[in-house]
Amino acid sequence: MSSFLVQLLNGLAGASSLFLVAAGLSLIFGVTRIVNFAHGSLYMLGVYIAYSMSERLAGGVGFWFSLVFSAVAVGFIGALIEMVLLRRIYKAPELFQLLATFALVLVIKDGVLWIWGAEDLLGRRAPGLEGSVEILGRNFPTYDLFLIVIGPVVLALVWLLLTRTRWGTLVRAATQDREMLSALGVHQSWLITGVFALGAMLAGLGGALQLPREPANLGMDMLSIGDAFVVVVVGGMGSIPGAFVAALIIAEIKAICIWLGDVNFGPFSISFSKLTLVVEFLVMAVVLVVRPWGLFGRPQGTPRHSGAPEAPLRPAGKSLRWFAVALVAGMAVLPLLQGQFPYALVLSVDLLIAALFAASLHFIMGPGGMHSFGHAAYFGLGAYGAALLMKAAGLPMEASLILAPVVAGLGAVVFGWFSVRLSGVYLAMLTLAFGQIAWSIAFQWDDFTGGSNGMIGIWPSGWANNRTAYFYLTLVLVVVGLFALRRMLFSPFGYAMRAGRDSVLRADAIGIDVKRVQWLAFVIAGVFAGAAGALFVYSKGSISPEVLSVTKSVDGLVMVLLGGVQTLAGPIVGAVTFTWLQDTVARSTDYWRALLGGIILFLVLVFPQGLAGFIHDLVVKLKPNREAAR
Amino acid sequence: MSLLQIRGLQKSFGGVKAVDGIDFDVAAGELLALIGPNGAGKSTTFNMVNGQLRASGGSVKLDGRELVGLKPREIWKMGVGRTFQIAETFASLTVVENVQMALISSHGKLYSLWSRAASAYRNEALELLDQVGMKADADRPCSALAYGDVKRVELAIALANDPKLLLMDEPTAGMAPKERNDLMALTKRLVVERKLAVLFTEHSMDVVFAYADRMIVLARGRLIAAGSGEEIRNHPKVQEVYFGTGKTFEKPLAQEEAAA
Repeated sequence: MSSFLVQLLNGLAGASSLFLVAAGLSLIFGVTRIVNFAHGSLYMLGVYIAYSMSERLAGGVGFWFSLVFSAVAVGFIGALIEMVLLRRIYKAPELFQLLATFALVLVIKDGVLWIWGAEDLLGRRAPGLEGSVEILGRNFPTYDLFLIVIGPVVLALVWLLLTRTRWGTLVRAATQDREMLSALGVHQSWLITGVFALGAMLAGLGGALQLPREPANLGMDMLSIGDAFVVVVVGGMGSIPGAFVAALIIAEIKAICIWLGDVNFGPFSISFSKLTLVVEFLVMAVVLVVRPWGLFGRPQGTPRHSGAPEAPLRPAGKSLRWFAVALVAGMAVLPLLQGQFPYALVLSVDLLIAALFAASLHFIMGPGGMHSFGHAAYFGLGAYGAALLMKAAGLPMEASLILAPVVAGLGAVVFGWFSVRLSGVYLAMLTLAFGQIAWSIAFQWDDFTGGSNGMIGIWPSGWANNRTAYFYLTLVLVVVGLFALRRMLFSPFGYAMRAGRDSVLRADAIGIDVKRVQWLAFVIAGVFAGAAGALFVYSKGSISPEVLSVTKSVDGLVMVLLGGVQTLAGPIVGAVTFTWLQDTVARSTDYWRALLGGIILFLVLVFPQGLAGFIHDLVVKLKPNREAAR
Repeated sequence: MSLLQIRGLQKSFGGVKAVDGIDFDVAAGELLALIGPNGAGKSTTFNMVNGQLRASGGSVKLDGRELVGLKPREIWKMGVGRTFQIAETFASLTVVENVQMALISSHGKLYSLWSRAASAYRNEALELLDQVGMKADADRPCSALAYGDVKRVELAIALANDPKLLLMDEPTAGMAPKERNDLMALTKRLVVERKLAVLFTEHSMDVVFAYADRMIVLARGRLIAAGSGEEIRNHPKVQEVYFGTGKTFEKPLAQEEAAA
């Protein structure tokens, strides 16, 4: 029993730091409506800056000063990011803001790598709090007790700031209705900068406080942003008390899982300690299904500016058709050039697979209007499906290439059923949760999926087991896949999808079951992503949980956004650009992430409508404008 | 028997009774205006008839079949079309595609994955657009239209499945006087030609008195009067809710009673 209580105390200590990061994220979201992907990076910066300062300033005062300094420094960096970058893209569609903050993640990660190196850095213990106290006959670190206190203290301070000051009143007003606040004559730029700085400062503080507990490392950004997202969504976007309660719940449930360890239920043994990787996402999925706006959240008002309306779809003109035919023909003769460019075929297979993956994501994101953050789940299900059908069920490549997309589709049937009940950011987060759940199953089920090592030796059947043959196989399947996706967008179903996105009210009033249409769209996208995954696994010969990771989902998002959501050719252009960039940049520098991030930032600032969108607009501008001539 | 029968219809939001037990009928071939001051419960009534809001009590019967508890899309299938107070169309479709969408749905072709939507029921859609005078704009994006035109497109959409009952929530709001009269004249023609029943709310009284066959007046969630234009004009209670009683400065209690 005492071990249980101590474990609960441990949970409380973990909750504090989680709360600080999540509170900052929630504040920023509330006012700017930006889901700040870089928030975890700010947290990581907090840890690193605190490390450097505390190493330089020895002694008790020096340590505590370092923590405060780190928080302030990160707050300053946050303000700088807001002023230099985000301020320019508030008018852009929300997904672009997300893309920009994701680019920041890449840049900051490499910045940290450059300054502090790749080694884990173990910080000092907090002076005065090194020891432990005895609680119920067990030693409990004094520092953890301090952490337990600091969470509620910060909650109280933020609450006072928001409810008892004029500035806080303005922040709360901005959270409810920015346009109205602006109409009342409040100058918002500095308010938003201030909120961003405060949010960043809380993240920095959360990071700095964590220094005595765990070494600073480069993986902290993604881990903490995942946790923070979950906490914010569970608590309700924009609600600080919600973030606190959610942080407590999640930290405690994790602590209980660790305490439970391995438990036998009759013949089954469940390892609860392994569940810690996924339990928060399970909690989030349950909360979102029961209370779609989180525990303390309220439904969001629809934003009043949502970018330019999308132009109607027009079937491809003659020139575009010929271009597509020429492109495919050009690719078909690639194997002839194998002598000069031996790498071309390998890269082309990657590009083709990426294009199919991105097009399937675009299918639900653009015309479907559902922003999936966990599309890697279906890619991964297809990949694992193909690998397991071959390894475990002994099916040949041909059969598993056909069945793997079905497996992914079945996954989409289940995940999609829950996801379409939500919309906007909440839908994005739920899909992210499902992606993480799929990932952690593949990661931990050693006997079946090979766990973190994955599986090897998944090669194509004899006839396709050479570069040229497999290239042709991929080319044919991807072209067919892309054509089918496009064809469906021009079908009544594709129109119904866009209708449901444009106006749920009107769609419902003319007999369209929007949820069901979205569900089917989800499944179709899942099937095609699964096909891409299956092609992927045979092209590499091996598989690891990497194919299911958040990074893979984010890659897909970047491809779609880079190409442009509103253009059908967008995902293809984006996938090719992104994969090619990643490939060339990664081979030329150690800091490929920063370079990639820089390129994305540049593209976001210069082409807010995406690459294909930009080209499209250019073509329209150059043509005599028919609409204007009317 | 009338086409639409509403009995004891209620809706409360928390403690507020937005609609407090109203009864009325709409007959086929009748253009019925639902009028009343702001906050009287007109839109709430509308949203209950088309299923967007679930009634707290009472019944709505179409041809004797209960509508309460059904979803908007199910009610639509039974032959109830509607237009919205703030026009709702599909911004990323062209004008004709908006109407085609409704036709595709009414023919049960929503889940067709392979045929071309652009050519589906196009002629029928153009015919409907012709009726509302929007045929010339058929291939423009719906997002590029003037608001008055969007409202006409919405009417064409609502007519696509040949409804028995049409609900029009402030059909002429935001339109110029000429447009208003055109739209209402068109509606009136449809009522006569198709034996269509139309229930509409409206704030501009010239439209109401010029076109409605009959009108009912709602105030604070209750029906206070029903009848022809002449009857409504001279009805003391209607004059009271629109112009006040002249007792504004008396005790609040007295006012309460007067309004009830």
